[in-house]
Amino acid sequence: MVDILIIGGGGAGLTAAIHAKKNGANVTLVSKTYPTRSQTCMAQGGINAAIGANDSIQSHISDTLKSAQGLADEELVGILCEQGIDAIKWLDRIGVPFSRDNGIAQRKMGGASFVRACYAKDYTGLKILHTLYDQCNAYDINMLSERFLIDLAVIDGKVYGAYLLNIKTSTVELLHAKSVVLATGGYAKVYGKHSTNHVGSTADGIAAALRAGAKISNMEFIQFHPTALKKSSILISESARGAGGYLVNSKAKRFTDELASRDKVSLAITNEMQKGEEIYLDVRHLSAKFINEHLPQEKKLADLYENIDLTKQLIPILPAAHYTMGGICVDKNCATNVQGLYAVGECANHMVHGANRLGGNSLLEIVVFGKIAGEAACAYTKKEMPACKADKHKDIPSQINTNPTVDFYKKRTELAEIFYTNVGVKRNEQGLLVALEYIQVLQDELKNMGVKNTKLAYNTELAEFLEFKNIVLVAKTVVLSALRRKESRGAHYREDMPNKDDNYSADTICYQENDEIKFL
Amino acid sequence: MKMKLQRSDKIFEYEVPLSGVTLLEALGYIKENIDSTLAFSSGCRSSVCGSCTVRVNGKEVLACAYKPKNDDLIQPLRNMPVLRDLAVDMDRALAFNKIAKAWGLPKEEALHVSGEDAKRNELQSDCILCSACFSACPVYAVNEDFIGPFALTRALRYVNDIRQKDIKPTIEAIQTNGIYDCTLCNECVPVCPQGVAPKQDIEILRNKSGIMGYFNPNILAGFDDGLNF
Ligand SMILES: Cc1cc2nc3c(=O)[nH]c(=O)nc-3n(C[C@H](O)[C@H](O)[C@H](O)COP(=O)(O)OP(=O)(O)OC[C@H]3O[C@@H](n4cnc5c(N)ncnc54)[C@H](O)[C@@H]3O)c2cc1C
Ligand code: SF4
Ligand code: SF4
Ligand code: FES
Repeated sequence: MVDILIIGGGGAGLTAAIHAKKNGANVTLVSKTYPTRSQTCMAQGGINAAIGANDSIQSHISDTLKSAQGLADEELVGILCEQGIDAIKWLDRIGVPFSRDNGIAQRKMGGASFVRACYAKDYTGLKILHTLYDQCNAYDINMLSERFLIDLAVIDGKVYGAYLLNIKTSTVELLHAKSVVLATGGYAKVYGKHSTNHVGSTADGIAAALRAGAKISNMEFIQFHPTALKKSSILISESARGAGGYLVNSKAKRFTDELASRDKVSLAITNEMQKGEEIYLDVRHLSAKFINEHLPQEKKLADLYENIDLTKQLIPILPAAHYTMGGICVDKNCATNVQGLYAVGECANHMVHGANRLGGNSLLEIVVFGKIAGEAACAYTKKEMPACKADKHKDIPSQINTNPTVDFYKKRTELAEIFYTNVGVKRNEQGLLVALEYIQVLQDELKNMGVKNTKLAYNTELAEFLEFKNIVLVAKTVVLSALRRKESRGAHYREDMPNKDDNYSADTICYQENDEIKFL
Repeated sequence: MKMKLQRSDKIFEYEVPLSGVTLLEALGYIKENIDSTLAFSSGCRSSVCGSCTVRVNGKEVLACAYKPKNDDLIQPLRNMPVLRDLAVDMDRALAFNKIAKAWGLPKEEALHVSGEDAKRNELQSDCILCSACFSACPVYAVNEDFIGPFALTRALRYVNDIRQKDIKPTIEAIQTNGIYDCTLCNECVPVCPQGVAPKQDIEILRNKSGIMGYFNPNILAGFDDGLNF
């Protein structure tokens, strides 16, 4: 038995592990990919903190609250922005190779009143993640990879460990722990190919928390990034527009302010598309020299995925699901309503992003709340605890249908398309009901789906099927939440109710009981 | 487009009706449409997570950054156990980061780092741990305990960091099965997708070690051999 089991090796999980260990806990960290392969490595833009000479914590707080549109908690935003400064200092001390000018280099991101995002070239997330990983080695933290969280082990509302699938052998391991910290990332891959995310952002931790009796909230809030490559949804960063790139339609006409906030630009693009237009990002007027210097990544990706030379051709783009604001309900210590269970990072709802996340605030969130979660879980395990009786063995692989008549890969693609069309940038009652019905049918069909590959060694089809089941469950909470929010706010835009309505200034909170999703 | 995949010790051929796609997309097509038992690793799809490295016609590449050509032969990486098909077990390779003690050892006081200081280890910290270099390194054929290219590059990353409190633990950790076991063959350099050059980093570490009073044990051994003639 370990004191703390951390599930997830992204920035949130690694930070929690380091701080828990520092405080004397015995920690094991498991993840379904190797830690350095987590989505955190993909963040390019930066991590916010009011360390600039003219900036202030107050300004960071008010920008964050403004973007959150009434759905963030002022105290928690205060914690994020205040402790953000120490978080950057800590990252600096442990060796994050930030870019430098006079001090740590910062750049301006959308919605920020000041230059506030600290960056390390275009590799901010990569360098933070790897530095944290190296610290975990320094602290001798036991890291087990290729372990897939199947379910939390919970008795009488209290967690005592987790059931993990060892992907290498297809065996189920029950790992006992006094406390469990979920740090499994977001759920944007519900949108499948219409998401900029890592292939692993499949809502596993949120689904497991739901099944364990945890509450989740604000699942309808999903941020769409306006400029993802059309065929692959690979992100073309904001800097392309920041540097002067235009958005144009099929008639080569500009149709919106390119520098407005992400939700507004995504909406403008979607409106234009509904008129039958194709949308392009145009950087041809920038000199080739400028592009080579400032947008080399974009140039490479456009060539790889769209076969185009962006110095000469228009870049076909679409908005894509990028960040999920909703997640597991936690208090200011990152504790869930299940005793001993904590959640941190994109899988949690820390009440700091509200209806719309500011670019650069999520890397900050994982470091600030990673520390809080690690320390809180550690404090919890120091309390006297009765030994748990653990017995129940969940033999997941043997319960899987190995003669499937319905192909889940096809359904996964179908669900993604339906979600993108009906639960995307623009929503309405009718479309949401279509999506809900689709999911209900899908749930009935799940018994006819399964895994054709019966080999035990490294059966990735099995892991992907478990992910798909989680996606279906969480997709349902997204649609149900979107149906309940009969207003438009931040990233949740209802064309049938285009205005903000003060009757909806509370969180949408749900939980699962007897296989049904219920709302508070 | 025809593609040949090495799966365990057999070569399988697949016809992929796509063109202009990345190798990773082609593998995804095979898995979803032809054979769901195919195993390979992926993550970011944008060359930054280091998951998808394979060998194409013998050379290490990121599958998400390579456009396959007709008749390409795709194989798993070398020098580590194959889990299945193109997926390899990285546990042992990654453990060398720990053996090399490649980590930040912060000073008590925060330090001002200049742009110049930051350049000292910028390139080394671009490493995405894709293991291309590890797979290309011939030393593993003779010494499976060799700390290897990426872990040594990572060691230099911290040794060259002015924020480091003490570089001695790292330098000491890479003396055995480390910098002197490298043959300086340069195989690790051209395969790196990030333009990192582990071989050069190893040479720098040798110089630093020399300045700090460590000896190349192979040179001494060499003399002994000579005298025995
Ligand atoms: C392209 C892109 C660019 C971005 N740019 C920025 C930016 O510039 N600034 C910013 O602030 N934010 C940015 N973000 C958002 C930010 O990167 C994420 O919100 C953040 O990294 C999430 O960190 P995390 O630790 O919560 O989760 P992740 O990094 O997603 O890690 C999740 C971990 O959980 C593990 N896991 C998941 N499911 C299971 C399971 N079933 N069993 C076991 N382990 C599991 C995974 O293996 C992984 O280790 C960007 C995101 C994307 C996609
Ligand atoms: S130069 Fe050294 S580390 Fe690089 S491949 Fe050759 S022997 Fe291996
Ligand atoms: S040094 Fe280059 S080749 Fe080696 S692991 Fe790092 S990125 Fe990959
Ligand atoms: S999928 Fe991440 S490097 Fe290729």
